[in-house]
Amino acid sequence: MTDQNLTVRFFARLREELGTDQLTLPAGKDQTAGDLLAALASRGGPWAQLQDGQPVMIAINQAMAKPGSAVKAGDEVAFFPPVTGG
Amino acid sequence: MISIQTEDFDSGAEYAALRDSGAGTGAIATFTGLVRDSGDTQDVSALFLEHYPGMTEQVIADLIEEASRRWDVRKARVIHRVGRLLLQEQIVFVGICSAHRADAFAACEFIMDVLKTSAPFWKKELSGAGEHWVEQKASDVARGETWDK
Repeated sequence: MTDQNLTVRFFARLREELGTDQLTLPAGKDQTAGDLLAALASRGGPWAQLQDGQPVMIAINQAMAKPGSAVKAGDEVAFFPPVTGG
Repeated sequence: MISIQTEDFDSGAEYAALRDSGAGTGAIATFTGLVRDSGDTQDVSALFLEHYPGMTEQVIADLIEEASRRWDVRKARVIHRVGRLLLQEQIVFVGICSAHRADAFAACEFIMDVLKTSAPFWKKELSGAGEHWVEQKASDVARGETWDK
């Protein structure tokens, strides 16, 4: 069911290296963005960089967030490299 | 007003629109950023720019709102292009109308500096050597932080 899931989005270098721009995952109980990163990193291969690689920025529902920020069903969580616009 | 777009913009038309902001406007500051031939890599022939639709516009709107709290800003215009941009093409435009030049300069510089390290855009350099995602520069972060209060 949609309302028990959360959406995870990836941008730029992470989008390319992970080979996906969006995942739908079941929301965990008392889960933080850091927990989600750790779970994804445990998939291994290119996913390991989410914990061991270059810095990863986090947004929850399109606002900047931190690893300790809570994530819940229905949220849109985004992971991306430090931004380089302008 | 904020536009995120693939197409080019006419900075002359943008300036004219800023000028049409009432008799209280005494100063207009504008900044235009262009694709240049060297960045992280040499002989750059083009950039590819990606953004996070929705969040990008919100971050820029928040920057304009903060600038308007800190300085006299009568009108603000931000345009940022995305997609594939060739050498010397325009990337970004920031224009500020104010009563006074100091406020116009400061608000324009603030929006550009903080946009660079907080708005979700990512640049990839394309050159004969291949493709390279640009890395965030410590100097840009330090420059953005000089505006922290």
